[in-house]
Amino acid sequence: MQRRNRWLGAGALAVIGAVALSACGSGFSSSSGGSSGGKLTSSKKPISVLIGSSGPAETAAVTSAVADWSKTSGTSAKVIAASDLNQQLSQGFASGKPADIFYLGNTSLAGYAAAGDLLSYGSKLPNKDDFYPSLTKAFTYNNQLYCAPKDFSTLQLVINNSLWQKAGLTAADYPTSWDQLESDAKKATTGKVVGLSMNGQYERIGAFMVEAGGNLMNATSTKATADSAANVTALTYVKKLLNEGVMKYAKDVGESDGGQAIGAGKAAMTVEGNWVTGELKSDFPSVKYTVVPLPAGPSGKGTLVYTNCWGIAKDSPNQAAALKLVEQLTSEKDQLAFSQAFGVLPSIQSAAADWKKANPTLVPFLDGAAYAQGTPASKNSAAVVTDFDSKLETLATSDPKTILAAVQKNLQATLK
Amino acid sequence: MTTLTGRASLRRHRGGISRGEAGSGWLFTAPTLILLGLFLVVPIIMALWVAFSDWTGNGSPFTSAVHFVGLSNFSSVLSGGGLDEQNFGQALRNNAWYVILVVPIQTIVALFLAVMVNRQILKGRGIFRTAFYFPSVTSSVAITVLWLFLFSQSGAINNVLGWFGINGPNWFNEPSGIIQDGLAGLGIKQGPAFLTDHTFLSVSWWDWIGGPSVAMTALIFMAIFTTSGTFMLLFIAALQNMSGEVQEAAMVDGANGWQRFRFVTLPQLRPTLFTVLTLGLIGGWQIFDQIYTGTQGGPANTTTSPAYLAYSTAFGNGQEWGQGAAIGFIVFAIIVVFTILQRIILRERKVSKRRMRLYNLPPSAREGSSSDEDDDGPGMSAAIGIATASQVNRSGGTV
Repeated sequence: MQRRNRWLGAGALAVIGAVALSACGSGFSSSSGGSSGGKLTSSKKPISVLIGSSGPAETAAVTSAVADWSKTSGTSAKVIAASDLNQQLSQGFASGKPADIFYLGNTSLAGYAAAGDLLSYGSKLPNKDDFYPSLTKAFTYNNQLYCAPKDFSTLQLVINNSLWQKAGLTAADYPTSWDQLESDAKKATTGKVVGLSMNGQYERIGAFMVEAGGNLMNATSTKATADSAANVTALTYVKKLLNEGVMKYAKDVGESDGGQAIGAGKAAMTVEGNWVTGELKSDFPSVKYTVVPLPAGPSGKGTLVYTNCWGIAKDSPNQAAALKLVEQLTSEKDQLAFSQAFGVLPSIQSAAADWKKANPTLVPFLDGAAYAQGTPASKNSAAVVTDFDSKLETLATSDPKTILAAVQKNLQATLK
Repeated sequence: MTTLTGRASLRRHRGGISRGEAGSGWLFTAPTLILLGLFLVVPIIMALWVAFSDWTGNGSPFTSAVHFVGLSNFSSVLSGGGLDEQNFGQALRNNAWYVILVVPIQTIVALFLAVMVNRQILKGRGIFRTAFYFPSVTSSVAITVLWLFLFSQSGAINNVLGWFGINGPNWFNEPSGIIQDGLAGLGIKQGPAFLTDHTFLSVSWWDWIGGPSVAMTALIFMAIFTTSGTFMLLFIAALQNMSGEVQEAAMVDGANGWQRFRFVTLPQLRPTLFTVLTLGLIGGWQIFDQIYTGTQGGPANTTTSPAYLAYSTAFGNGQEWGQGAAIGFIVFAIIVVFTILQRIILRERKVSKRRMRLYNLPPSAREGSSSDEDDDGPGMSAAIGIATASQVNRSGGTV
């Protein structure tokens, strides 16, 4: 009898398992249908918008824009600020009930697109030619524009005014070439101040690679170009600055990033994105700074661009309404409101003139869109960049060629 | 462990009361069985399938779109020389150093604290016990944040080091291994070729023996700080279960304090020691929250652990769910192997001839007493085993 009971117990467990699995299965069944045919799903269901917010200001701005749309369209919608965007997105995709609209970084696009999580709606956007080409390239996967660029950021040179003057430098000395950057940095380097400081990672130093005419991958992230001669030139230049002591990584002056370094008066110049303006305003309100374009390298001007898009889920029951909402969120009016609220750059060219008028001191950031290049976006490339970053930490003592050869090998592996 | 006779008597006994009892037995255990099945067994089986599939995180892993891919998820992290293998090797290296340093040190510290606060003459023992136990009941996230402040470049730790003229490192941003740093201090900056040229899991042997990074060392301090208190509690419980007579007998025999600890107290603590080491080992191979909230694997991947790597592989931009699950099962295998090894190392042994000599028994007496000792040994250890079995159970419940 005891043996029979044991089997009964095992049977009960098996039944529980089967029930649990079938429950999961039924929840997912809608996903297999897909909607690649071009017809958008439509229903009365409310729209959920999942955002990776930088703070209360961003959450409030997006919430109010979405509420405006709800009022005019009659479709209810709610904004959820994610605590861990990637994790919450993944959970949604796995359960078959993802958020309808969400922030999506260009480095995450390939992974989700390959998994079949995303609706490719770029071709349906009426204003798709208004977006900066460098941004639409970042969200193109398999020759399809997957989603509408939300906004972007570029890197430029940010200068601490008082340290600049103390070094005897004027506006006429703002560097326009690598040689000039080097000599300015030398002049600004004193006992306690280093001329140039930035994070020792590809996300900053990569700008020099673009200026030299290189980058880790081509614009569509379909080919690895890490071991090019241009990249070697760029890293050799940065290595030279490091070894001359006129440039130090932010961590080596005891700060978490370049913005903190110039704010705390430990560096005269840094390479940072436009988010640095908010950082300086809140942490160092009295520090005066100037934003100038990064100096041109051997192949002219160059910088890196960071961007997010508004992703729409393939499993969304209300894709038509979601697309309408995205159209409004990327309109000139909404983008200028977002820019004012949390300092991002509008992703459409038609908003540029108004934005420049409102932010005259930050114009170099927006101008960067013309010559900026994206970061690698192939599936798994984020891990390669992390590995590259770790190698850049010891750039001062290692051989640029060896570093780049390893990165090339790893990037090629991501394309298979 | 029911013996044959025990089971027979059980059956005979049950003959009268029969089915009702078994039914209610199942009824009472059902809630736990259902919960365990639903939230433990089923997810583990699902994860096992994912580890052998090409599931990408979209929809159910049990649809026809998901394929069985054999061992390819395992082979990509264990071989091939790619970044996947290198990251896994690096994570394994980091965690191995973490375990090698944390488990012994926290056990020794916990034992030391337990012996200290268990002494009768110590005044205010309650205060000390609470103080030592306090880090264990504090959220590890809160302590991680505290640690980030303490160990920052201009933090409290570096300030204190500054009093002694030591220029403290930028703890959480320093990726160099501490053993390699030490060797560099002696002038050895480059490892010998036979170490740097050969690799295991795509990480060179020179890096394997390079020690934990400075950042990881700060996390190691934290682990010792937080968990020593927990294990101190287990040791205190065991110490209080010991009878004073054995100690007194040892005193009568003229054993000094250290000898009483080494040859009387410590052998009696063996079951607790096993518990503490096993729990430490399991916890050590599962570090995740400190890394997730503190360092995110940086600097230079020197604080990633396999657990964190499994998470970032699955949820990160690669969406490699199969590989993430595979890493999880490899960690599981590692923990099982180490626990079994530990079980073998810490098993009860007969008193060796060499050890016997320590007791300085004259040859004639040794002849006579050897049978005595044989009788005493197992009997005594059995008693200790029973005394500590309850603690093992109790701690087992909290795992």
